Amino acid sequence: MALSVREYRARIKSTESMKKITRAMELIAASRIIKAQQRAQAAAPYARELTRAVSAVATFSNVDHALTTEPEDPKKAAVLVVTSDRGLAGAYSSSVIKEAERLVEKLKGEGKDVDLYTSGRKGEAYFKFRQREVVQAWTGFSDQPTYDVAAEIGATLIAAFLADADDPDSDVRAVDEVHVVYTRFRSMLSQEPTAVRLLPLEVVEGTEAPDKDDLLPLYEFEPSPSEVLDSLLPRYVQSRIFFALLQAAASELAARQKAMKSATDNADELIKKYTRIANQARQAGITQEISEIVGGVNALADANAGSE
Amino acid sequence: MADSTDKALQVELVAADRLVWSGQATMVIARTTEGDVGILPNHAPMLSSIIEGVVDVQTAEGETWIAAVDAGFISVADNRVSILAERAEMSHEIDLEKARQELERAKASGENDDEAQEAVRRAEARIRAVERAS
Repeated sequence: MALSVREYRARIKSTESMKKITRAMELIAASRIIKAQQRAQAAAPYARELTRAVSAVATFSNVDHALTTEPEDPKKAAVLVVTSDRGLAGAYSSSVIKEAERLVEKLKGEGKDVDLYTSGRKGEAYFKFRQREVVQAWTGFSDQPTYDVAAEIGATLIAAFLADADDPDSDVRAVDEVHVVYTRFRSMLSQEPTAVRLLPLEVVEGTEAPDKDDLLPLYEFEPSPSEVLDSLLPRYVQSRIFFALLQAAASELAARQKAMKSATDNADELIKKYTRIANQARQAGITQEISEIVGGVNALADANAGSE
Repeated sequence: MADSTDKALQVELVAADRLVWSGQATMVIARTTEGDVGILPNHAPMLSSIIEGVVDVQTAEGETWIAAVDAGFISVADNRVSILAERAEMSHEIDLEKARQELERAKASGENDDEAQEAVRRAEARIRAVERAS
């Protein structure tokens, strides 16, 4: 019994107030996660229609576009790491960063230089602390990303991809491919860090092979296929980034809810344990007092017996 | 390929973060980079860029829905019309006062700027949408 009953009582109290905080955070995350899922669902029609339009252009015209062309000898790659702004979400940020590091290693193994872009304060802090350069960081929206942010990130990455590496005047750091690392939201219980290559675009995904009997609609393009593609593809990229941000937001909230739930459970355990120890200490104190009194009485009785 | 018995267009007006409107329509008018286009049932497949402007949708019940959209696309195939824009608002969702203020602000921030001009066009489209609807 190293500590007194009073000190244990103080510990129980502070654990209880901690538990209240983690419980509140758990509930907040739980309510936001529903909203985040709804947002992800609401954004789905846009992504679906855009994918359909892009595959229509890709299928029905023979236009090559800068965003879909594979560079012959890729030397530089950009990696966008989508992390959270705040901690207390368990292993959420560290697992997505770990995935990013794996990708960076792989790209370096292929002889490519890597430019880092981050979204979310945690990612920025991680790389800054390790003295690694982050080309651009976006922060402050990780649990409710808006399309505007996705559009801005997309515009930056597209500019970097389209920039000419040999042009000394340009202040944009040119890259030959763009990757995104984010956490995919599979379910409330499982979120999975994923790395995908964003640029150059592979448009084929999402298109179903048309039936042989099905006549393919012959699209009219206005003003022209290449111009339509010109404005379609950047939007497609932005919508993919938006999708990644929304998935990451839902994953972050789910991870936070899980982490806070286990923190609340741990606080419960701790309170139970401390209560037991405190009771034991109290009991021990009482026992000691009784034995002291008994001992005192006995000693007094012995002394009295001796004097008689 | 088009089903001739069913003469309605299936319209979806989609913004980046939500589905703004979907339903059956008899006619859709939108402003493309080349000018206004009206789309009736059995229109030939088309994919075109639209600019900031007003989209008119005449429903099968004879109602007219008006929406303000940002630059985006319209794709028509098989009596399905999808209008995609980063932002889109139905006329009844627009706050006219706010749109007017935005227009003032956009105009004040300079006409030469590409971004400012885009903002002017966007605000004008929203005001037009409200005025047309009322």
